[in-house]
Parts: sequence; C-alpha cells; structure tokens
Amino acid sequence: MGFRLPFGDWVETGKDWIENNLDWLLTLLGDIWNGLYDTANWVFTSPPAIVVIVVLALAAFVFRGWRFGLGTVVGLTFIIGVDQWNNAMDTISLVIVSAFLALLVAIPLGIWATRNKTVSNIVKPIMDFLQTMPAFVYLIPAIAFFGIGVAPGIFATVLFSLAPGVRLTELGIRSVDKEVVEAGQAFGASPRRILRQIQLPLAMPSIMAGVNQVIMLSLSMVVIAGMVGAGGLGGDVARAVSALDIAIGAEAGISVVILAIILDRFTGAFGNKRAKSLMDRLFHRLPGGGDSTDESTDVADTDPNKGEDRATMQGALT
Amino acid sequence: MTETTALKVDGLYKVFGKHAESAVRKLEEGATRDSLDGSPTAAVIDTSFEVQRGEIFVVMGLSGSGKSTLIRMLNGLHEATAGTVEIEGEQVTGATTKLLRDIRRKRMSMVFQHFALLPHRTVLDNVAYGLEIQGMPRAEREAKAREITQVVGLAGWEDKHPSELSGGMQQRVGLARALAADTEVLLMDEAFSALDPLIRREMQEQLLELQATLGKTIVFITHDLNEAMFLGDRIAVMRDGRIVQIGTPEEILTDPANDYVEQFVQDVDRTRVLTAESVMRKPRAVVHPTSGPHGALKTMRDEQLSGVYVVNRNRTLVGWVSDRDCLDLVRKGVKDLKSIVRADHGAVSNDTALSELFIPSLEYSLALGVVDDKNRLVGVIPRVTLLATLGGEPGAAAQAIPDRDPIPTHVVDQALEAAVHSGSIKIEEVN
Repeated sequence: MGFRLPFGDWVETGKDWIENNLDWLLTLLGDIWNGLYDTANWVFTSPPAIVVIVVLALAAFVFRGWRFGLGTVVGLTFIIGVDQWNNAMDTISLVIVSAFLALLVAIPLGIWATRNKTVSNIVKPIMDFLQTMPAFVYLIPAIAFFGIGVAPGIFATVLFSLAPGVRLTELGIRSVDKEVVEAGQAFGASPRRILRQIQLPLAMPSIMAGVNQVIMLSLSMVVIAGMVGAGGLGGDVARAVSALDIAIGAEAGISVVILAIILDRFTGAFGNKRAKSLMDRLFHRLPGGGDSTDESTDVADTDPNKGEDRATMQGALT
Repeated sequence: MTETTALKVDGLYKVFGKHAESAVRKLEEGATRDSLDGSPTAAVIDTSFEVQRGEIFVVMGLSGSGKSTLIRMLNGLHEATAGTVEIEGEQVTGATTKLLRDIRRKRMSMVFQHFALLPHRTVLDNVAYGLEIQGMPRAEREAKAREITQVVGLAGWEDKHPSELSGGMQQRVGLARALAADTEVLLMDEAFSALDPLIRREMQEQLLELQATLGKTIVFITHDLNEAMFLGDRIAVMRDGRIVQIGTPEEILTDPANDYVEQFVQDVDRTRVLTAESVMRKPRAVVHPTSGPHGALKTMRDEQLSGVYVVNRNRTLVGWVSDRDCLDLVRKGVKDLKSIVRADHGAVSNDTALSELFIPSLEYSLALGVVDDKNRLVGVIPRVTLLATLGGEPGAAAQAIPDRDPIPTHVVDQALEAAVHSGSIKIEEVN
C-alpha cells in the first residue's frame, strides 16, 4: 500500500498561501463582521429584556396573529427564566449577521445562475460540496483564518448556510411561468425590468423559503460555532457537552429550540399575504379600507407554500 | 414591400440544436425534416408569406407543426436560423437588442395562450403594462387602460387581481393589454385555445367585432380549423414546419392543396365557411314583368317549376310568381303579371354563410334566391343543393328530383289551349 494521495497537504499549502498573501483581506473581513455583529448585538442587548420581548411579541402579533404573539412572550420569558437571555441575544445577533451575509451572496448568485448556464453548472457542484461537508470541518479553516471569536463563527456559518439560498432562488426564478416572462419580453421590457417586475415577485415564495432555510441553517451552525468561541447559547452547549452538565445543556438546548421556532415562524410569514399587504400599506399607496382584508383572505387560498399556516392565519383574522 | 403590407416573412428557418446552419443547407437542398439525423430539430422550414394591413392572417397547424415557433420569430422571441422577417419595413431578424426591444414596444404586441398576466398586479395595471414599458406617465396610461378595459367589457373589474377572474375574462385582460399598447400588429398565440367552447366562440365574435372598428393586423395561431375558418381572412396551413397551403377559408375548403389539407378540412363545419355565392347555381328560368302570365306559365311548364322569380331587364329582383296564380290569370284572361307578383321572395345576399340559409330555404317555396349588393338576382340555391353541399358532393344535386310538385303538364296545356280558343293569345306562343 504505497499509494497515498497527499490531498491534505495540498489543501494545507493552499491555506498557508491564503494566510500569507491575503492576510489584509482576512483582517478586513474579520473587522467588518465584528462590526456588524456588535451593531446587531447592541440593538438586542442595550434595551432592557422586557422592551425586546414586547417589541418582538408585537411584531409577531402583527405578522401572524395573537397565537404567535403569545407564544413569543412565553418562549422568551422561559429563556429569561433559565438565565440564558444574554446568550440568546448573542446567538440571535450572530444568526442575523450570518444569514444577512449569506443571503447577500446567495440571492445574486442564484439570479446569475438563472441567466448563465455556465455559472449554473459551476455553482451547482459547489453548493453540493458546501451542503454535504460535515459542519464541524468548516471550523478548522475558520480558526486558521480568523482565530477564535465571532468572526470564525460567522465565516463557518455563512459557508454552511449558503446553499439553500442559492438553490431556491435559482429554482424559484426558473419555475416562473415561461409565458409570463415571454409576455414581458414581447412588450419590450428590458431583462432588468423583467427580473424586477416579473421574475422576483413571482419567485418570492421560493426565495422566501430559501431565506427561511438559510436562517435555520445559520442557527444550527451558530450553535456549533460555540466551539470556536463564538459565544452565545452555543458556548454554553459546548461547555455542557465537555463537562457532561445536563442541567446547563438542557437549558441552553431548549433556548435554542425556542429561538428556532420563533425565527422559523417569523421568516415563514415573510412570504404570506398578511405580511405582504402590511408592507404594501407601509411602503406604498394606501388601498381602500375594506379592500385589504379581502385581499389577505384571498391570498391565503392562493399561496401555494404555506398551507399549514393557513389555519392559524385565518384563525387570527376572524 | 408595398404600402399595404404590414408583415413580410421570407425564407424563414428555425432549427434548434447543434449544427443548425448545416441543417438549413441540407433542407435547402431538399432534405426532409425526418432525414436530419442527430440533434438538430427543424421547427420552421422555408416559410414565406405576407400579411396585409388590417388582415386577420391565421396560421393553422397541429401541435409540433412549428406554428408557435413561427409566431415567436415574428417578434424575435426566437431568433431565426435563416431568412428574414420585416415589419412595416423594419427588419426584425438581425436587429440589435435595443432595436428589437423598440420594435416590440411600438410595432407589435402579443396575446398568449395561457394569458400570461402578472398575477401580482391588478387588471388595470396589467392592461397598462405595455404602456408602462413604453414610458407613458402613470396618470395617462391609467386613463388609457381604463378606456380599453371598458372596450373589452371589463368595466368594474379594474382593481381585481387576475386570479379573481374567469378564464375568458383573464384573456380579455390579455387582449386589452395588447390593444392598449396600440401597435399595428397583434400576435395571438392560441389565444382562445385554453377557453371552454362557449366562451371561445364568444371571444372569437368579440375579436371580430373589435377588429371591425380597430382594423389591426392580426396574426392568429390556432390548431382549431373551425376557429381558423371563422376568424381568418386568409389561412396558412402548416405541417411539419412547412406551410402547405395559403388561401382564403373557402379556397382551403373547396380546393385543398394536398391530401393532408383535404383530410383536415373534412371535419370542418362547412356551413359556417361556405357562403351562398359558393354553392348557388344559375336560376333555371326567370321571367320579366312584361312577359305576361302566359309566358311565365309556359316557362314554368317547360322547366317543371312551381314558381319562378320575376326580374327586371337589368336583373334586379322584383319578386316571384307561382304557377297556380298564373293559371288563374290565364283562365281569367288577364294579361298583366303585376297583380300576382309576390314581394316576399326571401332572397339572401351572396355573402351569407350557409348555416344561415337553412331556415330561409324552408320558409320559402322557391329555390332560395341570391342577390348581390345591387339587388340583382345572381343565383338560386335549391334545397337539394344545400343538402348535397353538406354531404360534400355539391354535384349530386343535379340528379335530384325537383322539390315542389308543379301543376301537371296536361292541366297547363288545357288551360293554354282554352286561352288560344278564347283568342287571348296566339297559338305560336304556346308551343
């Protein structure tokens, strides 16, 4: 058995080269990410916990209804009760920054892939690679490039959560009715206009499913990133594992689950019509009074994605 | 290209797949579509036609005949592999992206099979879509869209979303969107095929109504020959990527270019396509108002008719007389025909569709008269001819027996002889 492929050595050489030559870039990225994280963290930790809970509960009520609002209050109160509030806010900040960065890359990449076959062909295997690589492996280059702290956590999380954002954006745009796109072309619309007025709006349910997936994957990776000192709930989980402390493990673990549910329900609501008509009312012309209620019920019927939410939504409406 | 030509297509090819150009060369040398081995698929082969301004030009073919590809080449949604498309003197083929976009905005608009409306926009915003792309300010385009929405009969639905409308109404929005763009040429891709039959008929009629006032140049794609015959001023029949015949509905029906077209037109509802003119025959006999009852009676006896049309010297139709009335006059010795000429001749104009002839032909005792726009009697349609045409063999009518029993010849002879004896007519007139 003399055959031994020095693949690991090659990768290490590559890593060394990046460390030696792109140090300025890594430092810059690290600084930016830390800055973003500090900002997000400031938003969540500087006001008293009660204020954050009230704001989140109100948002939950507006987007989905009173059940979700109530659930949010109960869940967050539990987190305070088990003394994980600060950890939870750190984790949420990490998730928000990571998911934001991942989407910043994923959505344009997905759009580009729909327009260019070559890009699509290159992106696809890379996404397969990123998605199937064991999550822990991302931590190794993360530490190598960024040391210990928040930055490596963000780096690993972005890589890990990127794939569904790209895939679902591409899928969503590709599955927009070809005839409707043709209609745009036939009336002389530019590709940019078709993207903005036809493809993106019609692909929105799929893109929103992608956003939801990215956020959920971010959360799971952010917890793992606790092992490289990214802090938050993940830090406590990692400590509990190494110390076999089931009490802390359970408290931090349940807190993660609560955050996951809240984040999932929030992002799931982005695609639904209640949220959309709300946005319309906030940002566009104000439609007639009776009109908007009409619209929200009507949309619940036509929204293909969120069948399971319909009952809750309609319950909230009546 | 003349002033009246809106659209000109010359030697157009579309081959999908690799080696498209060499496939075109092979096809030009006479290769058939199936003989192209490997990847290239020839969708449209050597297609040429001209569409006149204000004409409804129908391209008819089954699925896979290349008609959808053809219409998409007219506005450049598919790039031509070879050949040219010219719209009002401007080249669509080979146009730059910018010019092409400009042509699509100003020269032609399109109606789609599955409506292709923007589901997140209201009816009004959908109708205004083309105008929005043309860069018209909001207030102006909304006013215009409102107007067109009314024209297509959707007033009151402006603020609804497409999903709240029935299929027929959605396609009205599609039609309104195309009309609002106010382009000379309208491309309609199987526009009514997704609608159920009753709505489809309604939409076809509405399109013809609109066309009567708007006079657009319409290229209409369909797989339904009845629809083609109903709408088309001219029809191009496509098969396997080639146009096999171009002609008026009547030409296609009465003079199919080959077996394929003939097979196709077998199922057509002929009564809606053929007109009175195309099935009428020469009247066997007519009489003039001055010829008197004797002459009329004699004519009817000779031709074995129970009635005959009365026309002036310039062939304008006056009415008709029956043999029994004539006989009465002859017996009474009256010499003027005028008192018995009946005006209820029920003659139809020469462009009436066959389907509208059945009831009149039942209601009147004579073979149905056909008049031209100057009220001249140009022909008659006996009931047997109608039946024979339906059966697909108009010639069969010749052997048919006359439909209404005239007075037996000997009765007429007796009456005429009696008249001769009484001295009211001369013997030569009878024989």
